[in-house]
Amino acid sequence: MFRLQGSNVLAVDMTGDAVKAKNGSMVAYDGQMSFKKLTGGGEGLRGMVTRRLTGEQMTLMEVRGQGTCWFADRASEINLVSLQGDKLYVESSNLLATDGGLRTGTTFTGLRGASQGNGLFTTTIEGHGQAAIMSDGPAVVLRVSAQYPLIVDPGAYIAHQGNLRQTFQSGATFRTLLGEGGGEAFQIRFEGDGLVYVQPSERNTIAGDV
Amino acid sequence: MSTPCTTPGGPVVFDPMSLPADDNVNAYTFCVELKGSQWFLQKGKMIAYYGAIEFNGIGHGRLDRLVRTSFHSPLHASDWVVAEGSGKMLLADRAFDVNSYDLNDGNLTIRSGNLLAFQPSLALKQSIVPGFLTLIGTGKFVAASNGPVVFMEPPIRVDPQALVGWADCPSPCHHYDHGYMTGVMGGLRAMTGLGGASGEEHQFEFVGAGTVLLQSSETLMAEQATGTVPQQAGVPGAGGAHSTQGPQSGVPRLPGQLGDLQRRFGL
Repeated sequence: MFRLQGSNVLAVDMTGDAVKAKNGSMVAYDGQMSFKKLTGGGEGLRGMVTRRLTGEQMTLMEVRGQGTCWFADRASEINLVSLQGDKLYVESSNLLATDGGLRTGTTFTGLRGASQGNGLFTTTIEGHGQAAIMSDGPAVVLRVSAQYPLIVDPGAYIAHQGNLRQTFQSGATFRTLLGEGGGEAFQIRFEGDGLVYVQPSERNTIAGDV
Repeated sequence: MSTPCTTPGGPVVFDPMSLPADDNVNAYTFCVELKGSQWFLQKGKMIAYYGAIEFNGIGHGRLDRLVRTSFHSPLHASDWVVAEGSGKMLLADRAFDVNSYDLNDGNLTIRSGNLLAFQPSLALKQSIVPGFLTLIGTGKFVAASNGPVVFMEPPIRVDPQALVGWADCPSPCHHYDHGYMTGVMGGLRAMTGLGGASGEEHQFEFVGAGTVLLQSSETLMAEQATGTVPQQAGVPGAGGAHSTQGPQSGVPRLPGQLGDLQRRFGL
């Protein structure tokens, strides 16, 4: 059972079950806990190789026990996501913890990842349960529906879930080359049905200055 | 306006209907509603939008008219863009607190790095104080600060790093704690920090009627260039035009600075 204690600390109440969490993110626990590093994020040999190849590296540990365990990472804001059989796409660096029963994997994101400067691949989380993702400042959750597509700055995007198509759109015109660009030269457009998580801060991207 | 739909225990989910119009989504994110209207914003502060919104650098020919009426610091125009179209747009800046302020036929001077966006019904001008911008007119603007903003009434002395801006009152002046800073020992203290310099010997002093905006931290936001001012006689801050020599030349001297020792000894 995931719950937030304040906005920067995640408390997980466990009764013999397990959670996967970012390596080294435990700040305290009470009760009996065992921590085991999950080689390759618990995705088996294939997952390990995929992660190594895609650069979407992630070191996870498995926490199992009885009691409460608290997680935090560099005072980042933590957002809880509940999954009912759908898929969450998140950057591995923004993932804090997931229920032990959720499957993690990697997927190709295309140009969106490249424009963010964090690679062409992203992490997926699938199944039924909860996940905790981190953001710089509290994330805003935006719904995308058929009549309301959403356009997001690549630097502020952290995660999305549901059945969404993402296309990369460029606002760069000949004016960008003249140094009169709109400052939003690269954007990701989400269409379909789902949720997008954005953070109130922009990572440094090549798109930021154009 | 409908309320955001919430899944039990889950986060608040916003859609174009439930996003506020020209108001804060949370302390760090501001939502602007555009209905065929325009907003000026600092480059790269948009994080997401619904609808059809276009972002144009303000060298854009079509916007010349707008720029002429509401943008008066031409030399840093390249840091600003005009958003126009219809839809809802989210603004944020490095997870700093953002707030909107309404000016009603008023004026407000703000540190250049703190101003995020403003309505074109306001006119943006360079302040005579270097690094500050002045907004004049009626309309809404959005400003970021490191920690929530506190409003104070003059007379007040404020720490330079905590000052965000001021409204309606005259520009501030420098204030030094002379008792602490004069004399040879004061000079040594100011130079070296030895002997118990408190770091609070210098303040900005506000007098008159108005409001002073302070942020609740002394971490400054990155400066945005405000553009240089024309090099003319009588224009403060016009770079490179210092022709005066002697004690007044170069960097301004604090009264207790060691470099003034020679003057102190009458040399």
